[in-house]
Amino acid sequence: MAKRTPAGTPTDVTQGSRTKGGIGESTLRPDGTLKVTGEFAYSSDMWHEDMLWGHTLRSTVAHAEIRSIDTAEALATPGVHAILTYDDLPTEVKRYGLEFQDTPVLAHGKVRHHGEPVAIVAADHPETARRAAAKIRVDYADLPVVTDEASATAEGAPLVHENRDDHHAGHVPHPNIVHRQPIVRGDAAEAAKRADVIVSGEYVFGMQDQAFLGPESGLAVPGEDGGVDLYVATQWLHSDLRQIAPVLGLPEDKVRMTLSGVGGAFGGREDLSMQIHACLLALRTGKPVKIVYNRFESFFGHVHRHPAKLWYEHGATKDGKLTHLKCRIVLDGGAYASASPAVVGNASSLSVGPYVVEDVDIEALALYTNNPPCGAMRGFGAVQACFAYEAQMDKLAAKLGLDPVEFRRLNAMEQGTLLPTGQRVDSPAPVAELLRRVKARPLPPEQQWLTAGEAADVRALPGGLSNTTHGEGVVRGVGYAVGIKNVGFSEGFDDYSTARVRMEVVGGEPVATVHTAMAEVGQGGVTVHAQIARTELGVAQVTIQPADTRVGSAGSTSASRQTYVTGGAVKNTCEHVRERVLEIGRAKFGTYHPAWATAELLLESGKVVTDGGEVLADLADVLEGESVDLELEWRHRPTQAFDLRTGQGNGHVQYSFAAHRAVVEVDTELGLVKVIELAVAQDVGKALNPLSVLGQIQGGTTQGLGVAVMEEIIVDPKTAKVRNPSFTDYLIPTILDTPTIPVDVLELADENAPYGLRGIGEAPTLSSTPAVLAAIRDATGLELNRTPVRPEHLTGT
Amino acid sequence: MRVNFTVNGRPQEADDVWEGESLLYVLRERMGLPGSKNACEQGECGSCTVRLDGVPVCACLVAAGQVEGRDVVTVEGLADYAKHRADAHPGDGCASGTCGTTIQQAQRWQAKSVKGTDSQTGEGDQLSAIQEAFIDAGAVQCGFCTPGLLVTADEMLERNPSPSDADIREALSGNLCRCTGYEKILDAVRLAAARQGRQEEAV
Repeated sequence: MAKRTPAGTPTDVTQGSRTKGGIGESTLRPDGTLKVTGEFAYSSDMWHEDMLWGHTLRSTVAHAEIRSIDTAEALATPGVHAILTYDDLPTEVKRYGLEFQDTPVLAHGKVRHHGEPVAIVAADHPETARRAAAKIRVDYADLPVVTDEASATAEGAPLVHENRDDHHAGHVPHPNIVHRQPIVRGDAAEAAKRADVIVSGEYVFGMQDQAFLGPESGLAVPGEDGGVDLYVATQWLHSDLRQIAPVLGLPEDKVRMTLSGVGGAFGGREDLSMQIHACLLALRTGKPVKIVYNRFESFFGHVHRHPAKLWYEHGATKDGKLTHLKCRIVLDGGAYASASPAVVGNASSLSVGPYVVEDVDIEALALYTNNPPCGAMRGFGAVQACFAYEAQMDKLAAKLGLDPVEFRRLNAMEQGTLLPTGQRVDSPAPVAELLRRVKARPLPPEQQWLTAGEAADVRALPGGLSNTTHGEGVVRGVGYAVGIKNVGFSEGFDDYSTARVRMEVVGGEPVATVHTAMAEVGQGGVTVHAQIARTELGVAQVTIQPADTRVGSAGSTSASRQTYVTGGAVKNTCEHVRERVLEIGRAKFGTYHPAWATAELLLESGKVVTDGGEVLADLADVLEGESVDLELEWRHRPTQAFDLRTGQGNGHVQYSFAAHRAVVEVDTELGLVKVIELAVAQDVGKALNPLSVLGQIQGGTTQGLGVAVMEEIIVDPKTAKVRNPSFTDYLIPTILDTPTIPVDVLELADENAPYGLRGIGEAPTLSSTPAVLAAIRDATGLELNRTPVRPEHLTGT
Repeated sequence: MRVNFTVNGRPQEADDVWEGESLLYVLRERMGLPGSKNACEQGECGSCTVRLDGVPVCACLVAAGQVEGRDVVTVEGLADYAKHRADAHPGDGCASGTCGTTIQQAQRWQAKSVKGTDSQTGEGDQLSAIQEAFIDAGAVQCGFCTPGLLVTADEMLERNPSPSDADIREALSGNLCRCTGYEKILDAVRLAAARQGRQEEAV
């Protein structure tokens, strides 16, 4: 079959640096060795003597009244220590939520979606807990389900939540609409008259799952003071704490949270899962309780990416300039609000994409339905919009007879462009340049099955080892896309972080200790924090303390914000620590050298030096027995809420841009797609750790590929039940599905941000999906207005 | 029931094992070896890959009772397993067809506790070539897929010391990773293969 090509040599491989470097170096992860030896303690690895196992009984129906719950037989199971239902909750606070407190800790009177928690069990073996839960008898009386905009807003539609009292309840047009955000600027109807061509389309985006590999899990240990210690995998410890403590009836200082090893997140750990349940069982039984979801339960245990329907109309003049945009984006938020309001804000404010369009009429809204709750996932509202506007760009270019990349470049936003919200883009926006770069890259060879001779490999063809084609019926397509993502929490949110930094001398060496509550979920924030401390404090040895709630909030590991915001906080605290160290130095040695008073002083390689490089003192001598220890909050510049009627406002902090070129080969007879290459160009502002930057871009790209060709949670439209909650039926890309991902990194500094950096984690997830769709359209000539694309969409069968 | 088997070269005995328990559960919850990961528990993700008498298997799909009298290697024992293999076949890739470790050989070695002096670079640790390469190439992000990938990749390199990219993709296709997009994992395996090749040339 295949002739062996020689294995790559180390010169082909980008390697990290073993030096203890500062920013800009590909310093290796501080947790790397623990992770390759199996010793890194993830939340599901926690163990405690005398520990019990918790299990959650979940609803088997989507919308029903609960007539009764009978736990008697389950309680009698040997090994069972406790079973709790709504009636056992300890305080008046029985709901929680990220933005609205609309989510019951345990179902009260009714369930609103398939898989809603109804009861929790603690037992001495996980299987005992599972079997006991199966013996709980819940009498459900089915209620009609609402599953889409038509059923949710029909006259007499059942209300998913009655008596809403949240802050959006007053302005939404229907109680089954969580939040609605219009954006009106210029006059789209008038501008449409100038258009030589108008294209419109209705686009559908499927429900994607974060599918992080480490399932929801944690260990709650009851404390002697009546409090609880919780070890858990999350994205934001302090947000969890704020939601957990009131439900337990405890002050926040009695709920002590420590971050355990996190097996990926991608937005799926922004909402609570097992946290409150484990604490309740631990406090009830007086014993440590561990809860670990299996994969099936994990599909019910976290929110998903909002599926969306998007109606778009664009116009353009015959010389290729966009005239206007009208769009309407309907996101399905499912049964509970989660992050839906913020997702609506992103979808509306970024609905135009990275293009100049002065006249817009935009509306985005999220529904309450009886479908699974949807909330945060990498790309957060901007992903769905990008899928639609990029399809529109290709349609417009085709109608005008223009090259799709040239058409995009003609309309590309740049520094100074006004967004539809009226906000000016005040840092580099190299949209045209990113497109130019992906287009300029040489294309991979065509029809390797004909040209490669003996090296031709069936594994590189659609269908792969299934050996379904040797090239017959296979056609090539190439597609392009570009996107814009906001960085950080928007719309006036107080998006701060906190860092504590201590500097002291240990064993004659100056060392720094960095303590934040930042959730390291795999992105490499811990690596970057150590690099920042080395750069700012001139030390080699930096210890990163475990993240916990003994230090102030770091905000969420989401919105591409942690390197910017907690990285910024670490930098800021280090700068203040450095000033204190220099004050100590001045007091001790200032009289010996005038430069102490007059020169700009830096800390480098364990020494105080002038900006001219003259050494004034060893840090070891400056600090001796003293230590400097500071904990400070840090904020990026403030943002504003969007006007509820016009959508105007300086809502965003920063933007992130990436462009993709996808090359696909499609077996048109079987409808099988092989993505051959997915090239990326992204502006990262400043790569603090280049190796980690590549990892983020390639990982984000692959999640975009997944929702282009395979990933979708299928919800039965009649029953609102999830049909495929497993990795057997919900497919994510394997290494065989994932192509080569060459990356071109630009570093155009944003002068508002620490070191000029740009948040990078999400942008590559946006444009990856529409680029793959564009390539499949190019190969097949089909319109393909929904993602993911399935074989039957290509074969028409 | 009681199950007797060898884990990372050490004879082990697990008592009070319920018949429905998987090898993965026994390793993680009864042996204190949580390195093998529980990402799907249905044989789809490869995160719990261990070697059972030398063959990579999903530990979640192996009933505990099936391992009676057999030999298991987990990620915790991988470094010593690789070292033992190198000692047993110095400089001898797999060209002679004598690669791999017999059960008899496997039972004569014991994994040492791997305690690093430097968790960032692994210096001072006895890591296997594939473990070193995963660190150096940036193949580890959240790390949850890493143990299974390491066991799988190490076994592939044992069989096939100079794999093509297509070989690597095929061998690792049963191991899901959600963070990296696999590019750095490919790099890591290429790197381990190349370093291994260089070592053999030197011998």
